[in-house]
Parts: sequence; structure tokens; C-alpha cells
Amino acid sequence: MNTAADGLSVERVHVWRGDRHVLKDVSLALRSGELLHVAGPNGTGKTTLLRVVCGLLRPEQGQVTWLGQSIAAIRAEYQGILAYASHEPALKADLTALENLRFAVGLKRRVARDELRDSLRRTGVEACADLPARVLSAGQRRRVAMARVIAMQASLWLLDEPFTNLDAAGADMMTSLLQSHVQAGGSALVVAHHDLMVGTAPMRRLELGP
Amino acid sequence: MNVGVFEAFTLVVRRELCLSFRRPEQLLQPLVFFLIVTTLFPLGLSLQLSLLRDMSPGVLWVAALLSSLLSLDALFKGDADDGTLEQLALSGQGLMVIVVAKTCAHWLVTGAALVLVSPVVGTALGIPVAAFATMMLSLGVGTLTLSWLGAIGAGLTVGLKRGNVLLSLIVLPLAMPLLIFGAGATDRAISGTNAAGALYFLAALCVFTCTLAPFAATAALRITLE
Repeated sequence: MNTAADGLSVERVHVWRGDRHVLKDVSLALRSGELLHVAGPNGTGKTTLLRVVCGLLRPEQGQVTWLGQSIAAIRAEYQGILAYASHEPALKADLTALENLRFAVGLKRRVARDELRDSLRRTGVEACADLPARVLSAGQRRRVAMARVIAMQASLWLLDEPFTNLDAAGADMMTSLLQSHVQAGGSALVVAHHDLMVGTAPMRRLELGP
Repeated sequence: MNVGVFEAFTLVVRRELCLSFRRPEQLLQPLVFFLIVTTLFPLGLSLQLSLLRDMSPGVLWVAALLSSLLSLDALFKGDADDGTLEQLALSGQGLMVIVVAKTCAHWLVTGAALVLVSPVVGTALGIPVAAFATMMLSLGVGTLTLSWLGAIGAGLTVGLKRGNVLLSLIVLPLAMPLLIFGAGATDRAISGTNAAGALYFLAALCVFTCTLAPFAATAALRITLE
């Protein structure tokens, strides 16, 4: 059990959805510069765990703390340092990729247009910057969502299946993004079905059972 | 650099307006509905102008309530369906800022737009030009109140598949005082008597909902987000 007051700590969390006991006594700790891979078969509560860690879902039992403080108590501050990419890319179909980024990232921090373009370039979708999200392919949308995570300059990344719909080059890009984020002192919680190969970054794995 | 509350508010309002203008058909639907419903009444009634004039405040207000209700369902639903609501909720800005901004933007594209076209409808219903100012003022205040009542309903029903009907069932009973005082004010203005009393009541209802509904709508949305 991690009692150190640094990073993220999830302690003995239980979540019920109706009659289903989705998360049973889940604990984890994540310090800066670490990557945690949450694995497990479908329906074992991986996404639920991520939503609990975000603060979108309040656990029935247990607590989530950041730097030793309950995330509910420091909600605004905690949201300022996290970037969440849900299973769906969460883009407005009628807005362009750049506008999507501007309206999402602009709420977190003041950001220049060039900076947003730069993050789109880093995920390889700069050419789509002025196209409405409606016309983008599923893989391109995933890349735009990832560009949003980068542009937020958050220290804690919470990613739900970030490799979905990505081609081989996209998966490599994702891996190297994760690696450079972790090497720069950030931390990431990644939900993914398949194995993560993130070079030299220290990676731990949490397996959720049925 | 942190983003201030006012800055966040204007950003969300701009986002909502931008989205609305990308979908002009959704923007025009409530307005066209308002125009058509109010045109149906003169066609269905006898050709006596006095009868039409007596009924016009009620017709105008019922049509305005129903047409602004049309678009309320989409207030949070679109964002909830594509996952952007979660992003907004995690933006580090309080959820209430988001709710207030979205509701204000909703009023701008429905309520304020209804106020602007109401003179056309007023003319069709035989309302004298002298009563237009009172009619537009009461409609403006009334639709703003309705947007706020609707935000509570929309927050509660956002997670439901067919929340539209439930939303009407929640909001319409609450909107009855609006109808009574709004139509009352317009009626007095038509007959040339002082409409101030009804307008004051309408304004009081507006202040009441504008101050308390943000809390209720935010709480409702937070429950459905879980």
C-alpha cells in the first residue's frame, strides 16, 4: 500500500452498478514518471476504474487521493493537472479539429493557435486541422483526441484504450508519446487490452479480474 | 496560466453559438414552428378580428413555450452522446460555469430569436403595434425563465433514451405561472391598461429561477454524469 503523499493513490475502492459489484477492493498507486497498464477482460471495470480516478464517478467505498489529498476536496486543482481521453474520441462532429482543441483545451489553460497546431502535428493530423471532425476517419479522430491530451500539458494522463483504431504507425506514435511523457516526469494510467511495449519507461501492470 | 471564470464562460458561449450556426436547420426549426403554429390559429378561427385579438396573447405564449421546449432536449444531450460533456466536466472549471454558459447560449438562439420574430406573429394575430414593446419584453423575460427551468429538466433527463416527453412533463407544469403572467401582460398591453403588475411578477419569477436554477441544473447534471 502506498502511503507516500506523492502522486495518485487509489485505496480499496468498491463500486456497484445496480446489483453488479464492478470494482472489488481495487488499490493502486502511481508516482510521477510511472506508467500503469490496467488490463483485464471485457466487463471487469477498467473504464469504471478510470472514471473513478477522474472523479466522474464517486466510489461507494474507498478513496482516491492526489498528493495525499482527496480528489473531491481539490477538484478544480486536480482537474487542472489531468487529461482524460475516454473510449470515444469526444469530438464535436460539426467543429473542425482545431476548434475542437481550442474549445476543450482553452478551458484548462490559455493556449495559442500555433501550439494547438503543433500538437496536431505531433500526432500526425496537422493536415486535418481545418476539417470538420465529421469527415475524419476513426483513427484520425483518435489522433486528434490524443493531440488534445498533449495540448493540455497535464501531468497525469488517463487514457482509455488509446490504441483503438490506430494503424501500426499510429501505435508507434502513441507508444513514443507515452514514453516521452513519462520520461518528462509525467504519469499515465492506460487501459488497454493488448500488451504495452513502452521501451525503457518503468511500467507496471494491474490486472482486473472478473 | 489559469483560465478565469468569465473567460471560460465566454469560451463556452462561443462554442455553443458556433455549433448552433453550423446547424442552421436546428436553429430555424423552433422559429418556423412558432410561426406556423401561430398562423394556424387565425386560419382555424372565424374571421372576427375581435375574437382573434382576445385569444392572441394566449396563442402567442403557448406557441412560444412549446417552440422553445423543442430545442431544450438537445441542451446537454448532444454533448453527453459524443462524450464532450465529460471533457467539459473535467475542464477544471466548475460544472456550474458550463451549465450557465450553455443555458445562456440556448436562450440567445431560441428565446431571443423568438422575441425578434414576435412582431411578425403579433401582426398576424392582430396585436396593435402599441403593445409590441410589452409583448417583446414579456416574451424575453419569460423565455429566459423557461430556458432555466428547462436546464433543470434537461439535466435530469439527459441520460434517458426518450427523455423528450418526460422533459415536457417536468417543465410545462412549472411554466404555468409564466403563461399566466406573460399572457396577462400582453393582454393588458393590447387593451391599453397598465401591464406593469404582470411584468413585475414575470421579472420576479425570472430572478428567482436565474438565481436558483443553476444550482439545481448543475446538481441534476452531476447525478446523470455518474
